[in-house]
Amino acid sequence: MIELEVDGRQIEARPDDTILSAVTRHGIDIPTLCHMEGLPPSGACRLCVVEVEGNPALVPACSSAVAPGMKVRTHTPRVLDARRTIVELLLGSHPDDCLYCARNSKCTLQDLSENLGVRQRLYRGEKTVRPTDVSSPSITRDPDKCILCGRCVRVCEEIQSVSAIDFAGRGCDAMIATAFDRGLNLSTCVNCGQCIVACPTGALRERSYVDEVVAALADPGKMVVVQHAPSISVTLAEEFGTKAGQDVDGKMVAALRYIGFDRVFDTSFTADLTIMEEGSELVQRIKDGGPLPMLTSCSPGWIKFLEHFYPDLIPNVSTCKSPQQMMGAVIKSFFAEREGVDPADIVSVSIMPCTAKKFESSRPEMAPEHIPDVDYVLTTRELGHMLKMFGVDLMAVEADTADTPFGERTTAGKIFGASGGVMEAAVRSAHFLLTGTEMAELDVQPVRGLEGAKEIHTKLGDLEVGAAVVSGLGNARVLLDQIRAGRDDLHFIEVMTCPGGCINGGGQPLGADIEAVKARMRALYRIDREEEVRVSHKNACVQRLYDEFLGEPLGEMSHRLLHTSYARREDLAEAGSKD
Amino acid sequence: METKVIEEAADIERVLEKHAGAGRDHLIPMLQEVQERCGYISKLAVSRIGDHLDLAPSKVYGVATFYNQFRFQPKGKYHFMVCRGTACHVKGSLKVLDMIRNMLDLEPGETTRDRLFSLEVVACMGACGLSPVVNLNGEFYAKVTPKKLASIIKECREEENENEQD
Ligand code: SF4
Ligand code: SF4
Ligand code: FES
Repeated sequence: MIELEVDGRQIEARPDDTILSAVTRHGIDIPTLCHMEGLPPSGACRLCVVEVEGNPALVPACSSAVAPGMKVRTHTPRVLDARRTIVELLLGSHPDDCLYCARNSKCTLQDLSENLGVRQRLYRGEKTVRPTDVSSPSITRDPDKCILCGRCVRVCEEIQSVSAIDFAGRGCDAMIATAFDRGLNLSTCVNCGQCIVACPTGALRERSYVDEVVAALADPGKMVVVQHAPSISVTLAEEFGTKAGQDVDGKMVAALRYIGFDRVFDTSFTADLTIMEEGSELVQRIKDGGPLPMLTSCSPGWIKFLEHFYPDLIPNVSTCKSPQQMMGAVIKSFFAEREGVDPADIVSVSIMPCTAKKFESSRPEMAPEHIPDVDYVLTTRELGHMLKMFGVDLMAVEADTADTPFGERTTAGKIFGASGGVMEAAVRSAHFLLTGTEMAELDVQPVRGLEGAKEIHTKLGDLEVGAAVVSGLGNARVLLDQIRAGRDDLHFIEVMTCPGGCINGGGQPLGADIEAVKARMRALYRIDREEEVRVSHKNACVQRLYDEFLGEPLGEMSHRLLHTSYARREDLAEAGSKD
Repeated sequence: METKVIEEAADIERVLEKHAGAGRDHLIPMLQEVQERCGYISKLAVSRIGDHLDLAPSKVYGVATFYNQFRFQPKGKYHFMVCRGTACHVKGSLKVLDMIRNMLDLEPGETTRDRLFSLEVVACMGACGLSPVVNLNGEFYAKVTPKKLASIIKECREEENENEQD
């Protein structure tokens, strides 16, 4: 332990602490902009400056190590002045239209200027005006709001290893751009939305479909059906100001019904269905000798990543559509038929933790005969916004239950929302498929938790299986490179685009730190612990769907509705040879 | 057109060969050599150099745009260079530049869709005595006024029309 003095108080710090990490633990809040939890400091913004005795210049707290006997002052007039000037300069080239901004009242730049007492515009900097990039079905980029903090660039590169965007140009022409400043839709962007979560301003946001959904709800000719992903019930409440980790499943169902959805279904139902299909696919691949390892296919950012960077591994990815798309497919087939509704009159909406799901639903593969399985995807944030628009106070709503036939789920489907959840659900059911008996202990601890890469080697009956779970595409890249290099001890790999899985998705409530993400995760496993039916193959409604409609897993009907295929994506060089 | 693409690709490969096994510090020299051979940095070039140095295309592009020396579109048949050095500035080169931008609907670094005209801004061409200076395909035009410029552009267009009629 290291002792240092902060604002006249003695505090204890760990040897590897920075001034920032040490004082934060002691409840002192130093503003930061370029600093990112879990990544090395870049020291670019200087907002975190503090005074250190014996040091004539102000020093950045985020990148200065603590030292024994150090005397730090965090909020002297000189420090506050420096911070205020930085914010004033940032505001100098920032538009003044907060009232119309998607991030109004949720903006770090607003908070900073408020906390530091900026009360007038002191500078008016020159900046090239650029059009908003609306090319992507998932992400909208408004360069005018960008303060060039570089956070988006860092997540995209250091966490996701995608590097779709980077700094380009310089001076007042500097901007964040894709290669050749093309639309994000033409870049390698995988639509994960992690950059949105990282962005302190309104420069990055999801492409919103709230207006379209509101219009559909008001259309008497349409039957509007909604599904909600496994993780939504444990994060939505945060949009209403509660602490992370509250499950509001019943309230959310009631609220969705209240604002006019005709049916409320649970994507966890098709997560169970996915396990039946994907589990059978895995067993078949193991019996037929490959291609192995089989890679999961539920996370659409990861699928696009694979198509761009690892097209040689496309044969390894499961042919199963994601739970969202499976739900969309059975809604517009089985459900439409049962209700006697023309699929063209159904508007299928899904609530997702994810911006890449917007992209996924717009893929041509996901619109058989030009009727999309899913029409509109809203993020958790957009649902929160919409409920407020309709005057629903979520926390005061009385809970209700989801509709049949796609409202019933097991907890195996529910834990899909956390990294490792798909694997755990799959292991539980694969054991049953291979041995005919249930596992003695259903918890699969080694695949739980927030680590970016997890592995288990276990016996399912007589079979020795190796499985890995990765989340965050940077972690996926490391593992895929091992596979390419010939590693062959793995049968099954779960890949989630976002670090920690859907609970930390790019469409989730903003401002969550690692503790909040852990709380969300705990909420899912609490549900798994407390409920009776914990294995997908015991979902009675899924069984009935097979009996009445689908036939058997991997059967002909399944293949037509629930499976798909992917293809390598064109790279910049090929695109260039065309223009 | 086809053969040009193939030649460009070959030129790029030659640069890669020359820098076989190179590290990222070779990025700028490689870009310079490609520009020298091909006249501009194409998407293919960014992609190939990126592969070679294990850098994402956005990164290669980002670095390249930091320097004013690189252009990302092939030069047009009529390539204008406008001097923005101090002497030319004093003598009104900004007006000349604006005039070209408006008349050809071009920004510096760009080429018109028909590949006829392109525009480049340079710091100083060392011809301060003639300021403001414009260089068209290597030929210097001294003491350029907006009027003079208009007639230069008109001449280019007339030449094109004649070519078309042949
Ligand atoms: S959405 Fe993801 S992949 Fe796309 S730019 Fe943002 S961080 Fe990068
Ligand atoms: S888009 Fe947002 S995160 Fe990216 S540099 Fe600009 S302000 Fe920062
Ligand atoms: S947060 Fe320390 S320099 Fe930006």
